[in-house]
Formats: sequence, C-alpha cells, structure tokens
Amino acid sequence: METFVFYVFSAFLVLSALMVITVNNPVKAAFFLVLSFFSSAAIWLLLEAEFLAIILVIVYVGAVMVLFLFVVMMLDINMAQIKKGFVNNLPLAVAVAIAMFATIFFVVGGDSFSASVFTIPDPHAADYSNVAELGKVIYTDYVYAFEIAAVILLVGIIAAISLTLRRRPNTRHQKIEEQVAVKSKDRLRVMKVEAQERK
Amino acid sequence: MLSLTHFLVLGAIVFSISMAGIFINRKNVLILLMCVELMLLAVNTNFIAFSHYLGDSAGQVFVFFILTVAAAEAAIGLAILVVLFRNKRTINVEELDTLKG
Amino acid sequence: MFENYSDSQVYLAIVLAPLIGSIIAGVFGTYISRAVSHIVTIAGVAISFILALFVFKYFAFDGAHIYNETVYTWLVSDGIHFEVGFMVDNLTSMMLVVVSFVSLMVHLYTIGYMHDDPGYKRFFSYISLFTFSMYMLVMSNNFLQLFFGWEAVGLVSYLLIGFYYKKESAIFANLKAFLVNRVGDFGFILGIAGILMLFNTLDYAQVFAAADSKAGATIELIPGMQWSMITVICILLFIGAMGKSAQVPLHVWLPDSMEGPTPISALIHAATMVTAGIFMVTRMSPLFELSETALSFILVIGAITALFMGFLGIIQNDIKRVVAYSTLSQLGYMTVALGASAYSAAVFHLMTHAFFKALLFLAAGSVIIGMHHVQDIRKMGGLKKYMPITYWTSLIGTLALIGFPGFSGFFSKDSIIEAVQTAHIPGASFAYYSVLLGVFVTALYSLRLFFIVFHGEERMDNHTKEHLKESPWVVTIPLILLAIPSVIIGGMTIGSVLYGDYFHGVVFVSEAHNVLEHLKEEYHGPLAMVLHSLSSAPFMLMVAGIAVAWLLYMKNPSVPGKIKDSFQWLYTIMDNKYGFDIFNEKVIAAGTRGIGNLLSRIGDILIIDGIIVNGSAKSVAWFSGIIRHMQTGYLYHYAFAMILGLIALLVIVVY
Repeated sequence: METFVFYVFSAFLVLSALMVITVNNPVKAAFFLVLSFFSSAAIWLLLEAEFLAIILVIVYVGAVMVLFLFVVMMLDINMAQIKKGFVNNLPLAVAVAIAMFATIFFVVGGDSFSASVFTIPDPHAADYSNVAELGKVIYTDYVYAFEIAAVILLVGIIAAISLTLRRRPNTRHQKIEEQVAVKSKDRLRVMKVEAQERK
Repeated sequence: MLSLTHFLVLGAIVFSISMAGIFINRKNVLILLMCVELMLLAVNTNFIAFSHYLGDSAGQVFVFFILTVAAAEAAIGLAILVVLFRNKRTINVEELDTLKG
Repeated sequence: MFENYSDSQVYLAIVLAPLIGSIIAGVFGTYISRAVSHIVTIAGVAISFILALFVFKYFAFDGAHIYNETVYTWLVSDGIHFEVGFMVDNLTSMMLVVVSFVSLMVHLYTIGYMHDDPGYKRFFSYISLFTFSMYMLVMSNNFLQLFFGWEAVGLVSYLLIGFYYKKESAIFANLKAFLVNRVGDFGFILGIAGILMLFNTLDYAQVFAAADSKAGATIELIPGMQWSMITVICILLFIGAMGKSAQVPLHVWLPDSMEGPTPISALIHAATMVTAGIFMVTRMSPLFELSETALSFILVIGAITALFMGFLGIIQNDIKRVVAYSTLSQLGYMTVALGASAYSAAVFHLMTHAFFKALLFLAAGSVIIGMHHVQDIRKMGGLKKYMPITYWTSLIGTLALIGFPGFSGFFSKDSIIEAVQTAHIPGASFAYYSVLLGVFVTALYSLRLFFIVFHGEERMDNHTKEHLKESPWVVTIPLILLAIPSVIIGGMTIGSVLYGDYFHGVVFVSEAHNVLEHLKEEYHGPLAMVLHSLSSAPFMLMVAGIAVAWLLYMKNPSVPGKIKDSFQWLYTIMDNKYGFDIFNEKVIAAGTRGIGNLLSRIGDILIIDGIIVNGSAKSVAWFSGIIRHMQTGYLYHYAFAMILGLIALLVIVVY
C-alpha cells in the first residue's frame, strides 16, 4: 500500500516538476509547482513528517506560491521573447541534468542506503505527536537558530517592503502636522505699497 | 517495502529536473526562482527521509529552518524582481547584463 | 709632560688640534678677525707638530713598541668592527712629522701669500682640515678609517683646487680632480671590500697576521678564470693609490690642480696628499709582498709615470705646471721603488721630496707674488738680483730635485735607482732604464725652469719690474726652514731609514724581493755614497741634463724654438699631454654619456618605464581585458559555472 502511494505521488511530483520547467506560461508553471508541492507533502506524510507536510502546504502553497502568482500576474512579461532559445538549450540542459543525476545516483543508487543498511523504522504509535516532538527540539537545542530564523523573517518582511515601496515625490498630499501648527502670520503678509504714477 | 534509496533517488530526480529547468528557462527569472524552490524541495525531501530512517528529528528541524529561509528568500527575490521590472521594464535575463566585464 | 707616550690622549690631541682650528676658522669665520683665524689654525698645527716631534722622538730614538689601540667603536655588524683607532709606529711617526712640518710651513707662508685674498679665513680652515684628514689617514689602524682619511683629503683637495670658485677653469679642474679620484677610489673601496671578504675584518693587524695563510686564496671574477685573491686586492688598492698619487693614467688631475692657490699646491699636490698612495702601499707591504703580479704592475706604472711625465715638464711654460709635472715624475719614482719592494726607499724619497718639493712650490709662489700673479715663465727672467732669498732657496730645491750628490734628493733617488737595478721581477729592467733616463729629463726641465726664471733676459714688462722685490718674511722664512731639511735630511737619515732598522717590524719584505739587503752590503756611509756616485750613470746623466739645459736656455736661447719647429709632431703630442685629456673627453666622457643615454633610453625608458612599470600595468589591463569576457553578466552563465563546480566537487569527493 505505502509503496503504491509512494509511486503515485512520486509520478505526480516528477511529472509536475517537468511541467514546471517546460510550460510556456509562468502562471501554469506556478500551478504545476503547487501540484509538485502537494505531491511532495504527501510523500513527506509517508515519512511521518506530518508537521512539515502541513507547513509546506500552508506556508508554501498558501503564501509563497500565491506571492509568485501575484508577481507573475503583476508583471507584463513578453512570453514570445522569453521562450526564444528554448530548444537550443535543451540538449545542454538534458546533459547537465543526466550528469548530475548520474553522479548522485552513483552515490545513493547502490546498496549503501538500502533497507539492509538503513532498517525501516517501525511506525509510531497513534498517540505520537510529530509537532510536540519537533517543538521540544526547536525550543531547546535549536533555540538560537530559531531566534535567528525569526530575525531572518523580519528582515525578509522589511526588505521586501522597502524594496518595493514606491515613493512618488510629485504626488500631492496633505501635511497634517504643518496644517495644525500654522500661524496666521505665516499665511498673511501686510505690505505698504507706494503709490506710483502711471507710466 | 520502501527503503531510503527510494526517497533519495526521488530527490535526485527532482533536483536534476530543476537543474535542467535552470538551463532551459534561462531567460525567465520567475521560472528560475521556481526551479530554485523545486531544488529546495528535493533537498528537503532528502532531509526528511534521512530523519525518518535515522530516527533523528534534527533533520526535520533543518527542513523547518530551510523553509523559513526559503520563504524569506522567495519574498525578497520576488521583491527584487518587482523593482527590477519597474526599472528595466523586463525580466529577461539576457538583457540583464550590467555586470558584464 | 709625556711620561706615557702610548697614551691615546696624545694622539687624539695631534689629530684634533688642527680640526678644532679648522672649525673655529671655518664655522665661526664670520665672527673672528683674520688674525684670530690664522692664529688658531697655526696654533693647532703647531701643537700637533710639537706633539708629532715628541712621538717621533719616542719611536725613533727611544724605541717604543707599536701603538695600536681602538679609540671608538662606531658600530659592530655581523662580527665586523667599524672603529676609529690609531696605529702609530715608525712609519706613522715619520709621516706625522713630515705632514705637520710642511703643513706648519704652509700655514705660515699663507699669511703672506693670501694676504689680500677675500677667502683668507676659509683658506686657513681648509688647510687645517686637510691636516686633520691627513693625520687620520696616516694614523689609521683599520681600512675604514684609512678610507675616511682618503676621502677626506680628496674632499679638501677638491675644495682647494676650486678655491677660486668664480674662475671657470678652477671649477673645471676641481671637478676633474674629483672625478678622476672617484675612479681611483672606486678601485680602492673594491679593494677594501675584497679585504673584508677575504679576511672578514678591517683591522690592519688582523689582516696582516692572516695574510700569509690566505696567500693561496683565489677568486673567479670571470667564470673559468681563477685569480689570486691577494693579487686582485692589491691591484685594486693600488688603483686607489694611482688616483691619489697621480699615476698614469689617472694622473690627469694633478697638473690641472695647479688652479688652486700655490700654498695648496705645495701642501697637498706636492708634499702630502699625493703621497697618500705611496704611504698606503707601504703600509700594506705584507699584502703586496704576496703578489709579484701586483708589484710588477706597480713597477711598470711607476716607470711610465716617472719618465713620460718628466718629458712633459720640458715644454710647459707655467711655472707651477713645470713643478707639477716634476711632482708626477717624482711620484713615479716612489711608485717604482714600491714595485721593486724597496718600500723604505719609497718612503725615504717621499720624505725628502716632501721637503724639497714644498720648497720649490713655495719658491714658485714667492716668484708669483713678486711677479704680481703672473705664472708664465716666458715673461720672467733675471729674477736673481731682485729676489735673492728665493733664488738661493730655489737653487737648493732644484739641486735636491735633480739629485745632485750631497742633497737630500740625491740619497733617496739614487737608492731607488740602485734598488730597481737590483730587482728581478718582470718589468724591472724597463723600469730601471726609465728611471735612469728620468734623471736626465729631471735635470733638463728643472734647470730649464731655473735658468729661464732667475737668469737671462728680463722679459717682464716695466710696471712689474718696478715693483719687483723680495717677498715678505712670512714667505721667506718657510723657504729657509724648508731649505735646511732639503739639504741635510737625506744624508742624515739614510743610514737608519734605508739601511738601519728604522722600518723593522713596520715594512715587510719577502726574502726573494729584498733588494735593499743587497744595497746594504755596498753601503758604507753617506760620504762614500756621494763619492761613489760621481762615477755612476745617474750622475753622468744628471750632468748631461744640466749641460743641455745650460746650452739651450742660457747659451743659445734660440735653439729650443728651432727644435720645436723641426719636431712639430712631437711637440703637438706632448702639448696635448699624450692625448690623455682628449682621450678622456672624447672616449670616456663621451662614451659614458653615450652609454648613459643608451641606458636611459633602453634601460630606463624602454625596459623599466616601458616594460616593467607601464608594461605591468598594461599586461594587467590586457589580461583582464581577456578574462573579463568571462564575466558575461548573464545569470545562467554564473549558474552554469556553479553547477559545473558542484559536479566537479561531487566527482572528486565520490571517486
């Protein structure tokens, strides 16, 4: 049963990943990326990483990918130009990918990581909480890293806002504090004007 | 039964695909960013697989941090992309060669 | 007063007294009167003269041991000591007396000679400084101090030749002297470097003690050729001596140095500084004795100088230049004596020569004062009746110079000639005939000068003739004082200096070269030597020289002009001083400029500026121009590079 689920979601993952890199339309690519995240989350569930699987769906699919979609739609992208040279690059891309895969497969493909070496762990009991387990570790051993991660997120927020914040110097807007603090002599000036003969 | 090898090979495949994606879509920064996300996904899968098979939750903690950093990275990357587009009216990588020597 | 003569205080006083005088006269010259400036400098030199006499007495008569002490250690580097120290022995004490005596005479004389000169105080400062430098040179106990003294006398010589610094020819002459001396000094300092390399010390005593053991050392200056280190060092040191003692071909500066005031010509360019080379070689006798090649070299150079510079004296018309060429010739004699290993004879001649040459120069100066600074002998004549003291002292000086039997020059010069006759090293026979012929030439030009100046027709103009009178006493007293040793010093001291043991333990002569030992067997006292010489070849030649001079310049004054006309080519060669000056100017100076230009164009502008400086900048620009094409600015290129790197790393780790 698990093997079947694994292969199904693996197939989804691989195919959607392939679609991500090949489709013309970035919007479609983003949707296929969402699909691959979903498949991946399913596979993570098989590995009993429930918390991360949910996080992946909620944070990634729910926030990051939506952000992607926003950006894709916001930008006016010339697709014809973007896709130019696609076929030219294909052989190189395939070659690099195969080389990469071959190298990794050489390491992981053999018996080094087979079931005989890494015995399949027993499934956890029903009352096991992956969240509690992770929480214990994060708030004890990795608490500093956790704090830093929080700071990184804060930096990310501020950076994203400050980067994209658009100031428009020529737009007119009220300065409330000046309006409140204004005195009559700032606005009104009494001048004596000499009468002049008409020329 | 599923051994560790299954997951590792899956990770390798996804990683290789995303790498190919970087080469194929070498003009579109958006898809490049997506490919990077996909790469991270493959790596995360590996972490979780090892964590599971070694019975050590540290792997999952790592994934947790990677997700955090990747989220921040995606946010900033996209923000840069927006600014870039605003200034250059393009995100075509081939036109972005101001670093050229 | 001087219970303990080996006290270094005495030696310090000798050295420092003239220095203090010089500083007072030179630095504080603006604040003191002329009288004060000459009083302090003369007092300084007088103190050192008196002390030198004491030292001389102590060494010559009381038989003191060699004094060799370090006064001050300047620095110690890598075990080599750079020090100021005094080494005083019989040689040094004799040099001290000679230098201080001549210097004192010149100081006195200067009062009269420079009476009207605006540079009066400066002059006194210089000559006192010179005296100090010469003391440092002769009293040194190490090569560094020797070099200091060597350069210091060169510097003072430069300053004094250019004393009339507004006169273009004087500036030219002092520059020439300086440059020619640089050539010699370059050899000298290379020689000192060789000493340091071979012996690892600069101290005389240590070097001489180790000399024998290093006799076999060789050096490979040109690959494949092994030369004796000692020979190389000796020849290099002698090149230094050639510069200072004006030996061919570095003699060219000495005649021109007559641009300086006459007292200086007497002090520096006749009596003392030019003998520094002779003194130095004598001091280094333990080294020079080890190299027959170097001795031969010295012998030949000296012989050439002695003969050919004498020839030039015959045709000169400037009274000081004639004396200058005679100085060159006499220095040649001394050098020949050095080459023949007759160091004692060289120093002996140095001493007698110092007296009579200083006398001759001062007499020439006296004549110049009388003639109102006219130096051309063609405008003189018949001065005998106007300047009797100058006449008689000049006569004594001239007779001493030509080696008339009984005068001091006779003893020293005759000894040299005999020593060369006995020597057996290569070049000795050439040197012998050169010095023998030199006697004739010396007599000829000396008497020519004497006859033209003091006898014969009175060729000066009437204005000069009216004012012609004997010089003041400050001029004549030094003449008389110098005339005395010019007559007697030779006969008095030859017994002990040459054949006695005066230089025992100071001058080293190897058995094979010991020519003076042979002469000693035939020596039976000064009187016997005088009598014996009356039948010898040098005497005949000298008489012949006197006779020819008398015939040509007294009897038939028109003959020299005819000879000159018939041998025009010879006259031209000699008038051009054998072309040394032309050669130097056209080949060496022009060649140096040419090489300089070439090096500046190729070495500096092309190689250093063009290739190294600008070239390195250009090559960086060129190289970066090539590799910057790697920086395409395309993201995927960078990504590709990263991935290739990743794969490569993986491959390395995996396999």
